[in-house]
Amino acid sequence: MGRKTKFAHLRSNIFAGFVVSLIAMPLALGLAIASGFPPIAGIIASVVGGLVVALFGGSYVTITGPGNGLVVVLLGAVTVLGEGDMQAGYLYALAAVILSGVLLLVFGFLRFGSLSDFFPATALQGMLSAIGITILLKQLYVMLGDLTTKGAALDLFLGIPDLIHALITDGTTGQWYAAAIGVASLFIMVFYSNIRNRFFHLVPAPMWVVLLALGFDAYFSFFGQGNPISKELLISLPENLFGGLPTPNFSKWNQSTFWGVVLSITLISSIESLLSIKAVDKLDPQKRRSNANKDMKALGLATVVSGFLGGMNVVTVIARSSVNVNNQASNRSANFFHAVFLFVMVLVFQDQLRRIPLTALAAILVYTGYKLASPVIFVRMYQIGKEQLLVFLTTLIATLLTDLITGILIGLATTFAVHVVLNKAFWLFSRNLLKPNVLMYKETETQNYYVGVIHFCTFLNFYKLKSKLDVIPQDMRAVVDFSLCSFVDHTVQESLQNYEDLFERKGGALEIIGLDVHDTDSSHPFAVRTLRPMKTLRVFGGGRTKRQQQLEALAQEHGWTYTEAPKTNKALLRGHPVYQTAVVERMYNMLEEPKNSLSLFDITYSEGAFIAKENVQTTFLRVTLEKPIPIFSFDRELLLEKLSHLAGVHDIDFPDFPEFSKDFYVQGDNPTKVRAFFNAKMVSFFSAYGFYHVMSNGKELLVRQFLRPATPAEAAAMIEFGLALKKKIDG
Amino acid sequence: MQQKQYSTIVVGVAFSPNIQANIFEALRMSVLFNASLVMVHVGEQTTEKAAALEKIIAGFDGDLPNYRVLWQAGNPVDVLLHACISQKANLLILGAIKREGLLKYYLGSVARKLTRKAPCDVLLLIKPSVVRVPCASAVVNGLAHPKTEEAIERAFYVLSSLGAQKLTVVEEIPEDSVAIKVDDDRSLRQSTIAKERIKLRENSRVQAILKHIPTNIKGRLEVVVQPIFGTRGYSIGHYARVVRADLLVMNAPRKLTLWDRLFPHDLEYILSDLPTDVLIVR
Repeated sequence: MGRKTKFAHLRSNIFAGFVVSLIAMPLALGLAIASGFPPIAGIIASVVGGLVVALFGGSYVTITGPGNGLVVVLLGAVTVLGEGDMQAGYLYALAAVILSGVLLLVFGFLRFGSLSDFFPATALQGMLSAIGITILLKQLYVMLGDLTTKGAALDLFLGIPDLIHALITDGTTGQWYAAAIGVASLFIMVFYSNIRNRFFHLVPAPMWVVLLALGFDAYFSFFGQGNPISKELLISLPENLFGGLPTPNFSKWNQSTFWGVVLSITLISSIESLLSIKAVDKLDPQKRRSNANKDMKALGLATVVSGFLGGMNVVTVIARSSVNVNNQASNRSANFFHAVFLFVMVLVFQDQLRRIPLTALAAILVYTGYKLASPVIFVRMYQIGKEQLLVFLTTLIATLLTDLITGILIGLATTFAVHVVLNKAFWLFSRNLLKPNVLMYKETETQNYYVGVIHFCTFLNFYKLKSKLDVIPQDMRAVVDFSLCSFVDHTVQESLQNYEDLFERKGGALEIIGLDVHDTDSSHPFAVRTLRPMKTLRVFGGGRTKRQQQLEALAQEHGWTYTEAPKTNKALLRGHPVYQTAVVERMYNMLEEPKNSLSLFDITYSEGAFIAKENVQTTFLRVTLEKPIPIFSFDRELLLEKLSHLAGVHDIDFPDFPEFSKDFYVQGDNPTKVRAFFNAKMVSFFSAYGFYHVMSNGKELLVRQFLRPATPAEAAAMIEFGLALKKKIDG
Repeated sequence: MQQKQYSTIVVGVAFSPNIQANIFEALRMSVLFNASLVMVHVGEQTTEKAAALEKIIAGFDGDLPNYRVLWQAGNPVDVLLHACISQKANLLILGAIKREGLLKYYLGSVARKLTRKAPCDVLLLIKPSVVRVPCASAVVNGLAHPKTEEAIERAFYVLSSLGAQKLTVVEEIPEDSVAIKVDDDRSLRQSTIAKERIKLRENSRVQAILKHIPTNIKGRLEVVVQPIFGTRGYSIGHYARVVRADLLVMNAPRKLTLWDRLFPHDLEYILSDLPTDVLIVR
């Protein structure tokens, strides 16, 4: 990298940091107030977070600061620990923040970077939505100028008509103005993205809210009346920003409530950070992989420092990070500059900041809360499956009625209960939970990574699969095979989708096979899929997997037809000497050429009722020929397909092609005819495609590669092979 | 090394639905290994039972090996163990039990005890069949262990006797042998390089063992080496299932304690959920 480009990078990072600081300032103030902390606490968390994590972190384009998820826990901490006295509560909460930072640091050293994978995705979503609803309801009151009403979510919800009524009948002019600014700010937040004006979008929405508030203040100052909004509805900052650090109060260290608070803060902040880091990695244009453990240590350290200075927890935040990426940030220096700009802005504009009404900041938070619990999320949950909606709602309601930790635990238990009911089997989980269930190796032949999963794969044991996936270089091809796995849940599929994206971005591919025969109730590709005993299996009732969608696209590409569940032709394989005893259990995913001379299909067959062999699941290509050819089988190694145990079949060697003879096994009933068929052209053609197993019955050819279903890419290659082969033979 | 051959095979016979398949498999094995077969029935000899047994044996299609039947009442484990010792057996054949409605096989308690205590090789059959199913491919473990060489050699002997075509030597490499923890792109690159290096080292170790195998028993057997980074004992079983091997050859475990049964490892994984027929070499 030359000096000039280095400079260009620095410039774009400084710019990105500046834009982020514009958003971060109102958010930091608002989040601190909503958490029951003094407004400056949010700024401290942002500045300390930006500086410390930029220096010691392991991610690249993330922004750190106070987070949404923590608002509810921190407010709870201040109220519970202070027992009514908010100032005392703040000092106790600071102690909890510091200790949670220490815990986070320890988590980082213990490599808990995959902690968030242990929670079912739907339950986490339910918890986050509950947080959103809580923030929305509490801040709605503040937005309308009511600072006194407290209560549980339901009470707040039912109190909304009273709130509006009180504002109209008993409101002072000051309150009126404040509420008007709040409502106007909410309008800005909601309709910001709908306004298509380049210049309007130069300033981010939260900054417009601040500008609106400052403009209001300037208007009244100019006309000499002074700001009509009363002092308690305006932001209060300490006179001297650097003097009088608060002293965290550790005296409740021997109380269990205190440690409960520490634990919930730690849990929520680590989950919020880890989820954000994972999400931001998908946005990084340079496709780097963040070191989550290193980032956790940095966040822990930042939280400790922030706590001692009187600030909130430092977490990785997704919204600010994505703004950062959109403004061409390329490394951690953007986070650093965001902190510097924020610090300078607060120093220079502290007088202006004191004129911002709380209602404006509350409007920003109402919008944030709404985003976390928007109806879109409910609809999406329903689409994935009714049971997901059940888990989601249970977690949401439980969280609202109790607290975050209890809520998420109830969500976890509900998810597990749903899985047991879906499978009608507890033993599947109890018997196999502790057993290893993932095999990963590099196929010597293809250099692909094969990952096989057996028993079941849910949030309970996803970490086992994850630990294998994490060590595969993402520019390679990997195949994840679920054909021996009875049950795969939504959490796993969503995470795998994540991996598919990561592999694709780095030039590799991760393909999932063996899910097509699993049963599902829903049309969503991420729906839970279970493999129940055959008689209860209702095949293809539900939606298509990604593989099926890709196969359909492949069929369209060639102008072929795609049938999800063709009528099973039980005797299909019988026409081939190799498969005389095979019983076709089921055919699915049939791709057919219009003239019906080529077809590709997945098949499950067993080697006959006599022989208690396991079922084989694989993909076949069938080529019907016009010209007659000899009966033969072509194979690099002899596995299942053997003509040899049939009478009158010989191993055929080719004296003219010694290499070919040595490398492959060709068998047939008529050596002369087979030798005539394998002329020089055919020999070189077949050698090039030596990884296929080809079987001829004189009229048609059956081709397969692995004893597992083919990935869409492998299926595409098989079709190419079939077309070329047909052309070679039929001309 | 002197090649040890199977000269006497012991099989337990019980009047279960599988009896015909079990006896036929044992008879076939004895013919293939050119060994004599001792069928042990735990229980008193009665004329009906003896007649029934003779009738089943008479139904066997093909040459009968040299065989006899031992009748002895007592504890099945003790009787069979005693028979192995007194008959100087080289191989004990046991049947596995299929779990109700599922394609899963496990060992009954008698078979489990026998597997642990038997003084000779043990062959566990999960799918005894009346009709012959040829054994085409097998998987043998090639982990760094003093007994591995013996196991590989035995695998070659057994497979060439059974007429198999392919043998895969699976090297299970414990994941913690790679000291680098993968956190980001850089550590991933390092760990991938480290793994390749370990693979080369393991490969040359296995190749050295393969060199010692006399050519006369190597035959036309195609040999493939597959390194796997994973849990020892578990990965090979899962691998055998994925490649649909017909036989899995394992080293005998060292003496097992209660601790080993509570926290299964190595062979225990395979015994609790048999992926295919398993030969345990002692």
